[in-house]
Amino acid sequence: MKLRSVSAAAAAAAVLALTATACGGGSDSGSNGDKINIGIKFDQPGLGLKTPDGTYAGFDVDVAKYVAKELGYSEDKINWKQAPSAERENLIKNGDVKFVVASYSISDKRKKEVDFAGPYFLTHQDLLVRADDKSITKVEDLNSKKLCSVTGSTSAQNVKEKLAPKADLQQLGGYSECLTGLENKRVDALTTDASILAGYASQKEHQGKFKLVGLKMSDENYGIGLKKGDDELRGKINKALEKMVSDGTWEKLVKQHFGPSGYQYEPAPAIAK
Amino acid sequence: MFDFLDSGQYDLLGAFWVTAKLALYSALGSLVWGTALVAMRVSPVPLMRAFGTAYVNIVRNTPLTVVIVACSFGLDQTLGITLGGGRSEDIGFRLAILGLVAYTGTFVCEALRSGINTVPPGQAEAARALGLGFTQVLTLVVLPQAFRAVVAPLANVLIALTKNTTVAAAISAAEAAFLMKEMIENEADALFAVFAVFAFGFIVLTLPTGLLLGWAAKRLAVKR
Repeated sequence: MKLRSVSAAAAAAAVLALTATACGGGSDSGSNGDKINIGIKFDQPGLGLKTPDGTYAGFDVDVAKYVAKELGYSEDKINWKQAPSAERENLIKNGDVKFVVASYSISDKRKKEVDFAGPYFLTHQDLLVRADDKSITKVEDLNSKKLCSVTGSTSAQNVKEKLAPKADLQQLGGYSECLTGLENKRVDALTTDASILAGYASQKEHQGKFKLVGLKMSDENYGIGLKKGDDELRGKINKALEKMVSDGTWEKLVKQHFGPSGYQYEPAPAIAK
Repeated sequence: MFDFLDSGQYDLLGAFWVTAKLALYSALGSLVWGTALVAMRVSPVPLMRAFGTAYVNIVRNTPLTVVIVACSFGLDQTLGITLGGGRSEDIGFRLAILGLVAYTGTFVCEALRSGINTVPPGQAEAARALGLGFTQVLTLVVLPQAFRAVVAPLANVLIALTKNTTVAAAISAAEAAFLMKEMIENEADALFAVFAVFAFGFIVLTLPTGLLLGWAAKRLAVKR
């Protein structure tokens, strides 16, 4: 559909919106005094999760801790900030956080806004099914199935446009909501990055109930997002990541956070220079 | 900056059409349900009055997101009630209308109740004296005047409802906010442009509604 007229009209509205955002600036350091602000997810088990007692757990969290330590910040100097997917770029650009470790896939559009260190993890879009379900073994099986994913996510769009356009795709607010449907057999599979799925499958209350199918339907390179042009910080983080892999911490953390789900993870990806 | 609109990747008008349909069906449904509720609230039967009061106070004070997600969680995923919808978008659309009607009905009911209070009690008493029953008093004398008095408040409810439809994105109804989430995911370099487009879209939907109904309210109000 041609929407040229729509976009012309929208430009007028943008003037309003942009003047409103101009005053949204603030401090630009991302660290106040001797503390460092780091953006993570608060709601993704296995990657970044705020636990009921107020601490944070997950692979991304531990990677962030390791990197912060290499930058000279001990654990009690870290200020954790929630970085929901839609807000990551702005948190970085406004200087609210020094860097973001939040299942942040490196993409060309995002590279226009922020710089990425890493990648520190390579994962693929995969499926989570009930442990006793053997009916899905390849992508083509999906066309007759009911799938669930998060509203508007890249994984959901992949299914709709490329992988299985005929599949019945339910899109809900969060992955945990999809799990209810999966458990009650209202949907057949939950689809998103394997690392996120493995995080859910590794949770105590879900262990043994679900399994990953192991289809590699896309490549997602998780990077650490930071302010555009800050090559010094990028270099330091990359060095920290390299050290993390070489001293075995990376392997240990991956096993610890994704191990219980039986997730066949990829070896640590090469750092992009 | 707005080149994402010309890529042909997004069906913007289609998404707003779903929003308009959601708003329209929910508006009709909540008008009917709200009228039924107000009839209960002013009825001479104590049990109906109690139900009407309890329902309005509970549902009105529950966040809409909770109501809508409860429809999806409780009815669809746990009990398997799909309201005859086949695919997920369909089920989500129907359940969203159910949730919006259940929620908005309470506001329609309260608006109408205030309208009933504008009708002088003498009119209802006179109708009773003529021998009309409760239903007749309500439908022939009181409600027609009450409706004419509350066009403006109902327009407010309708505008709020139009904006509330965005919550339906949480349960798979493919309306405007749903498309916005897709765009936010893909267009990391034009986030504010995306927001501006959708804010503009909602203004296009709601502003004429407000103007038209504001004009109608003046014309229809009973001069006392």
